[in-house]
Amino acid sequence: MKRFVLFLPLLLFIVLGVFLYKGLFLNPQAMPSALEGQPVPAFKLLTVRQGDRVVTKADLKGDFYLLNVWATWCAGCKIEHPYLLDISKSGVPIYGVNYRDTIEDSSKWLQDYKDPYQFSIFDVNGDLGVNLGVYGAPETFLIDHQGIIRMRYAGIIDTNSWQVKFMPLIATIKQEIAQEKAL
Amino acid sequence: MIPELGNFALIVGLAFAICLSVIPLVGVASNNLNLVRYARPLTFGAFFFTLLSYVLLTVSFINDDFSVLYIVKQSNTLLPLQYKMAAVFGGHEGSLVLWVLMLTTWAGALAVSSKQLDEAFVARVLSVLGMVIVGFMLFTLLTSNPFERLLPNFPSEGRDLNPLLQDIGLIVHPPMLYLGWSGFSVAFAFAIAALMTGRMDAAWARWTRPWTLAAWSFLTIGIALGSWWAYYELGWGGWWFWDPVENASFMPWIVGTALIHALSVTEQRGAFRNWTVLLAISAFSLSLLGTFLVRSGVINSVHSFASDPERGMFILMLLCIVIVGSLTLFAFRASALQGTSKFEFYSKETFILAGNIGLVTATATVLLGTLYPLLVDALGMGKISVGPPYYNAVFTPIIAGLVVLMGIAPVIRWKKNKSGTFRKELGLIALASIGFGLAFPLLYGGEFIGWVAVGMGLAFWLVTATLKNAKNNISNSDGRMDFSRPTQSYWGMVVAHMGMAVAIVGVTMVSYYETQLDVRMDVGSKVELSGYEFVFEGMKDVKGPNYSAKQGQFRVFEAGNEVAFLQPERRNYLVQTMGMTEAGIDSTITRDLFIALGDPLDNEAWAVRVYVKPFINLLWIAAALIAFGGFMCMTDRRYRAKKTATETQQIDSANTINV
Repeated sequence: MKRFVLFLPLLLFIVLGVFLYKGLFLNPQAMPSALEGQPVPAFKLLTVRQGDRVVTKADLKGDFYLLNVWATWCAGCKIEHPYLLDISKSGVPIYGVNYRDTIEDSSKWLQDYKDPYQFSIFDVNGDLGVNLGVYGAPETFLIDHQGIIRMRYAGIIDTNSWQVKFMPLIATIKQEIAQEKAL
Repeated sequence: MIPELGNFALIVGLAFAICLSVIPLVGVASNNLNLVRYARPLTFGAFFFTLLSYVLLTVSFINDDFSVLYIVKQSNTLLPLQYKMAAVFGGHEGSLVLWVLMLTTWAGALAVSSKQLDEAFVARVLSVLGMVIVGFMLFTLLTSNPFERLLPNFPSEGRDLNPLLQDIGLIVHPPMLYLGWSGFSVAFAFAIAALMTGRMDAAWARWTRPWTLAAWSFLTIGIALGSWWAYYELGWGGWWFWDPVENASFMPWIVGTALIHALSVTEQRGAFRNWTVLLAISAFSLSLLGTFLVRSGVINSVHSFASDPERGMFILMLLCIVIVGSLTLFAFRASALQGTSKFEFYSKETFILAGNIGLVTATATVLLGTLYPLLVDALGMGKISVGPPYYNAVFTPIIAGLVVLMGIAPVIRWKKNKSGTFRKELGLIALASIGFGLAFPLLYGGEFIGWVAVGMGLAFWLVTATLKNAKNNISNSDGRMDFSRPTQSYWGMVVAHMGMAVAIVGVTMVSYYETQLDVRMDVGSKVELSGYEFVFEGMKDVKGPNYSAKQGQFRVFEAGNEVAFLQPERRNYLVQTMGMTEAGIDSTITRDLFIALGDPLDNEAWAVRVYVKPFINLLWIAAALIAFGGFMCMTDRRYRAKKTATETQQIDSANTINV
């Protein structure tokens, strides 16, 4: 009986070890975005290439569209740029959020690599980015016809992630629009 | 070429460590003294080649060898030299090499300074250390090799060190912390050797205690430096956030505190043997658990390293082997004998035991808070996070209780104390402390705050009770003072306990009397806070070696006199394109004036955060006192080699081993 007490620390640790093992397969960063299901936050900012045009939330138009957070200092943004051009050509409107960048660098970037965006919001202080809960660039938000954020995607968009993550949700949104029209 | 040599040196070090973990044990088992004597040279070999590997990695950093992946990730040609050297342990891979270097340094130090101890016992201890070293070297070489090359196409420039880490804090904080963490491996190895031989007597405790004190003191410094760095570098104005990574360093410290006290009981009274061994295992296990939490990414933290499931799995296996192995050994080999010495309720033993239980409870609450999000998530009950409110609510009362015990334990005698005597000695002090505590918040702040009363009362109690006891101890029978009468380790205790009192004052004052203001400031405008007037004189552009910055110019006046000129900065690091806030701080012993720049607003105005933090510097002074007290205990004469005692001891233990 006395000996049994000496086994207690071992038993305690084994229980703990099981939890630590399970913990390895969980992702603490995978917080469901608090903004999914919420409307796009309000903003009033300049754009990168259109002089002193001031854009607001009302300028984001489309049955569904992407809001893509990018910057010239972000290596991943360069990688996903060609995919964004393709997506834009396929008819999906993309709005850029130029995050903590300079006008000179970002205009040059859009000139050099071509511009997939309807326009790029010039978010120099990162206020819109903070309101969107952005960790870093690139991040992309899928927004539906009612201006509701349906998905937040952190990381580089490529053919695979576009087909697996975005396409099904876009199909759902299209269905919803069709249903609402039918009513 | 140099990185390959570094890699090779580490592999040679591993070979030495593998031999170290096997050969001496074989020698002990087969009674072959020649094999036993291999323990020391093998330890030196492992140490030398690890050091060589570390030096070669540093040289590669200084040479800007961007064909090495780790250096590309951590360094840049523009990085100043001292940060290039610190960048070696700025990331996961290099910090592991530093870990291994520290481990082998401890083992080497033990090998050098243990000549007077029993040869077979030391061989066992070094062997156990060898096993731990093997584990960490394998972890480094197999999952996180810093020497990995990017060939044939390598970049001409590195990505630069994270700007947060480009600071004097980074240069000194990690080495101290790792010295502390890995130092507990020595106490652990002593405990395992004790379980192997069944030898857990007073002599064992006397050998273990100085090593534990050394590790504990380094850990104290390491934690304080981390806290200091967070305070002035992160620009949030806080100094402790109960972040999982901070907790990971704090838990071994609390258990280590329990361990050095339990060891003193084992050393002087031969009691609490199993308990002491269990604490020694726990202190090192918690260090490993901390490493696991930080490196595997299972827990969300502001400063966790990039997570990687492969690494997480490896270190979990390491953790399981070490902890399951040692606890199983403990379960079977812990002495079932009742301690030979008996003690009554009113005795030093009881109070130290009560303190130990308090410390272990405190560790358990921190551990629970740290792991709770993981437990809840693993059970599929959602995502939560545990914050400061939990820790403050459960941790503070436990510490308050411990401080009461800290006043009594030095006064009361071993074994048996007449119940009346210590009450007579401390009764008046207790009453005075209560009075002081109740009066303090009214006199200082003009209003009564319960926790301030508790904090200041406890600090007063601890200081006066400790000094009263010290006065009794230095008074000769003829009434003269003799400071050399108590041992050096007694004075170490006094200094460390005083440090604790200073810490309580600092924490109480800064928690309840700190003032803060978030304001918009135009050029030329002023704000007032706690009797200080802050005038914003404008911004200046300044340039550093690898950053450009906007520097605010603030003059601070107190009653019309200028007391400080603060220059907080907003830095833009060129390579990492990361903005950084560098706070402007003016320190005196009674207060810090702290300004951090927020975002630029229109018309040259800035968002500014201003703090007045009373007595925050007491926190760093307290940590220095506590660590210094630890070093004083460690260097006590009784832990030093005694030539005459050596021979008898060797014969003694040789007998016990042969039995």
